[in-house]
Amino acid sequence: MATLDSKVPKGPLKDKWTTYKDKINLVNPANKRHIDIIVIGTGLAGGSAAATLAELGYNVKAFAYQDSPRRAHSIAAQGGINAAKNYQGDGDSNYRLFYDTVKGGDYRSREANVYRLAEVSGNIIDQCVAQGVPFARDYGGLLDNRSFGGVLVSRTFYAKGQTGQQLLLGAYSAMNRQIARGKITMHNRHEMLDVVIVDGKARGIIARNLITGEIERHSAHAVVVASGGYGNVYFLSTNAMGSNATAAWKIHKKGAYFANPCYTQIHPTCIPRSGDYQSKLTLMSESLRNDGRIWVPKSMEDVMAIREGSKKPTDLSEEERDYYLERRYPAFGNLVPRDVASRAAKERCDVGYGVNATGEAVYLDFKSAINRYGKEQALLHGDRNPSEAKIIELGEKVIEEKYGNLFQMYEKIVDENPYKTPMMIYPATHYTMGGVWVDYNLMTTVPGLYCIGEANFSDHGANRLGASALMQGLADGYFVLPYTIGDYLADDIRTGEISTDTAEFEQAEKAVKERLDFFINNKGTHSVDYFHKKLGKVMWDKVGMARNEKHLKEAISEIKEIREDFWKNVKVPGTLNEFNQELEKAGRVADFLELGELFALDALNRKESCGGHFREESVEQDGPQKGEALRDDVNYKYVAAWEYKGEPSEAILHKEELEFNDIELKTRSYK
Amino acid sequence: MNLTLKIWRQKGPNDKGQMVDYKVTDISEHMSFLEMMDVLNEQLVNAGEEPVAFDHDCREGICGMCSMYINGEAHGPDRGITTCQLHMRMFKDGDTITIEPFRANAFPVIKDLVVDRMAFERIQQAGGFISVNTSGNTQDANSIPISKHAADQAMDAATCIGCGACVATCKNSSAMLFVSAKVSQYALLPQGQVEATDRVLNMVAQMDLEGFGNCTNTGACEIECPKGISLENIARMNRELMKASVK
Repeated sequence: MATLDSKVPKGPLKDKWTTYKDKINLVNPANKRHIDIIVIGTGLAGGSAAATLAELGYNVKAFAYQDSPRRAHSIAAQGGINAAKNYQGDGDSNYRLFYDTVKGGDYRSREANVYRLAEVSGNIIDQCVAQGVPFARDYGGLLDNRSFGGVLVSRTFYAKGQTGQQLLLGAYSAMNRQIARGKITMHNRHEMLDVVIVDGKARGIIARNLITGEIERHSAHAVVVASGGYGNVYFLSTNAMGSNATAAWKIHKKGAYFANPCYTQIHPTCIPRSGDYQSKLTLMSESLRNDGRIWVPKSMEDVMAIREGSKKPTDLSEEERDYYLERRYPAFGNLVPRDVASRAAKERCDVGYGVNATGEAVYLDFKSAINRYGKEQALLHGDRNPSEAKIIELGEKVIEEKYGNLFQMYEKIVDENPYKTPMMIYPATHYTMGGVWVDYNLMTTVPGLYCIGEANFSDHGANRLGASALMQGLADGYFVLPYTIGDYLADDIRTGEISTDTAEFEQAEKAVKERLDFFINNKGTHSVDYFHKKLGKVMWDKVGMARNEKHLKEAISEIKEIREDFWKNVKVPGTLNEFNQELEKAGRVADFLELGELFALDALNRKESCGGHFREESVEQDGPQKGEALRDDVNYKYVAAWEYKGEPSEAILHKEELEFNDIELKTRSYK
Repeated sequence: MNLTLKIWRQKGPNDKGQMVDYKVTDISEHMSFLEMMDVLNEQLVNAGEEPVAFDHDCREGICGMCSMYINGEAHGPDRGITTCQLHMRMFKDGDTITIEPFRANAFPVIKDLVVDRMAFERIQQAGGFISVNTSGNTQDANSIPISKHAADQAMDAATCIGCGACVATCKNSSAMLFVSAKVSQYALLPQGQVEATDRVLNMVAQMDLEGFGNCTNTGACEIECPKGISLENIARMNRELMKASVK
């Protein structure tokens, strides 16, 4: 096993980035005009990188599979973006944001990267406000903040429940300014199908025009992949339908190591599945756990009665309910971190207490909060002896002000009124902390090939805190990559335009075409979705919230079987040279079928429990933490970076040992 | 429930296109409209026929990708939602549902229900931005207080998802609601003032160039807009345009 060089600069943590930037190689403005950069994906990371690189003077070629950069799935982020501004004067600082992020990630992230993230977080807010992002403000006209899980300060900036949308539209507007100037050439409805390596360096891509089906060659001096996470390996997730791992997986197959694929965030509060036809899952913001209490019935008879419809959840008295988070974690109660809350819900449903027809749902109940707020409001209105009805009326009003849009969304989907009956929720795949391995410069193990945003593995360790994904995407794109890439490109000022008329492009294009031809000509028996759903079921059942050796080994062989079946029996209608959505899906699912296996292999290798990765074999045996996740810092304090060698099962493990000099390793406790 | 679907099929931009009837059976009322379309497409693929092409992505009402015209209404018969948020409980067993692409000269059909909305992109490129480079030393975010009222109004305008329902709904195929949402967002914020004149002139000029019609204040766009973008924005844009024209 080789060790990996993270290229973290020497010196004290607080000075690393500043000192490094002072000494980095720069490209002079006249030379930037002769340098091309390809950016794959236009979400928060790709969009902000494309705009900033173009502002600096590089020629940017940007690619999105949607019809506009504004549609990237960053748009769907709800809650907010963290920044260590300390506007609330509650003791926040760069160090505190750094500390919370490393701890929240269960000590599996790289200190220097996370500190840099905290350092540039304040600049992100300044930049977005200058762009006209309408963040929420207080009556004095200053920016407002809210709190999120796992921290003790108020540092989350937000724009209603649509923070991701507003930040993405900000980056999109910056891109539009550069598209108008001709500094970004935007390729909408294009999908990258391979990277082209020339003399060991990333020099271009092969892309498919999704409208005409034409296969195109595009060259550049560097390639930046910002294609998001791989949550759709589970088929059902909170990701968009088109979210895929193809760009990330293709570069992995061409030499970029893939790190920690088993670190996946299963978000506890999503609307449960209602049937086999389900195409995606919808998130209900984490903020709901501030006022909602989570429970299932204590007795199995009540569970059955509820499932049959002979009883309603509101018929059950307090004594008949099991508020299992409050029972198990008295200190944090309903506000335990995402991974802990998700596993606890699974535990109850696994033993049969799930409250809907599929047996995979628990209640999130606002009755106590409505009562509490109602009484408080009555007092404020001078009513010392309010009726029950008055209390409920006043309390519901408060809840509506806080969560109205989420309650409305729930009602539209489930057709139940969550003010009157508890919400049903269940965990769902939401975010992937793992991804392409990158060094401090955000460069992969292939020279000239970069990876940013959710697609890389860098900042969140084994678990991401709420409101940190937006921060990382924009930090990478606005403030980190545009500088670090200059250091590499400084050597390319004499290279001149990269020709696409070479054997390397020829070969890559040929391989892409052969694969597409295969799909069209393989007159199989099952649709692409058939295989995707099968893969998703194995991933969810055996590589989901709780994992063990037996299941992981089964998953590895089952995924391999599904993959073999896929390549024999997949059926793709239509032709190559047209708009063909089934063909697009086929390529993406083919890649998920390989990634899924590596994911399970990584989970099998990591015999500890940390963050979102829970191994049933690695739990505290006794003491107050009995039954909780047990991390193993002696044997697993490393990043697992996998090198592709043909089959996922043959992947070679490389380790990057993690060093913690500025933070003490501790056990997370929520009891 | 069992349904008859009348769907616009068109192989490509130059194909004539026609309505084709399909039957779907055993549709659950809990399905979303697009999940019902998934069922149809799975059925078509299994029968060796070409599935219906339609745009969709986030399926939670925010990306703006889905774009169907259902029973004569953009995003179908419900208010404040996109097609992906429409549920089958809005329909009855035995119903016939007509599904067409968004219709407007400026939105040519790519295939079946998929239309080309690049005109919207070009309008945004003409002026939908504030010219500020990324530098890390723009002034502190709190250095210019903005009244909560103005910030909230700017936010309301900024929630536009760029789906094009306003254009598809308007009898004139006007894009005024879409353009005015962006113009308003910046007009309401101090950061947007410096370029206000050029912005409104350039965006409106591009809008006209793309072949969108004018606004005759019918207000249908506001009713069909999944994000409830207010008609007041059009009035604000007209004021901005007037101001800019006399400068």
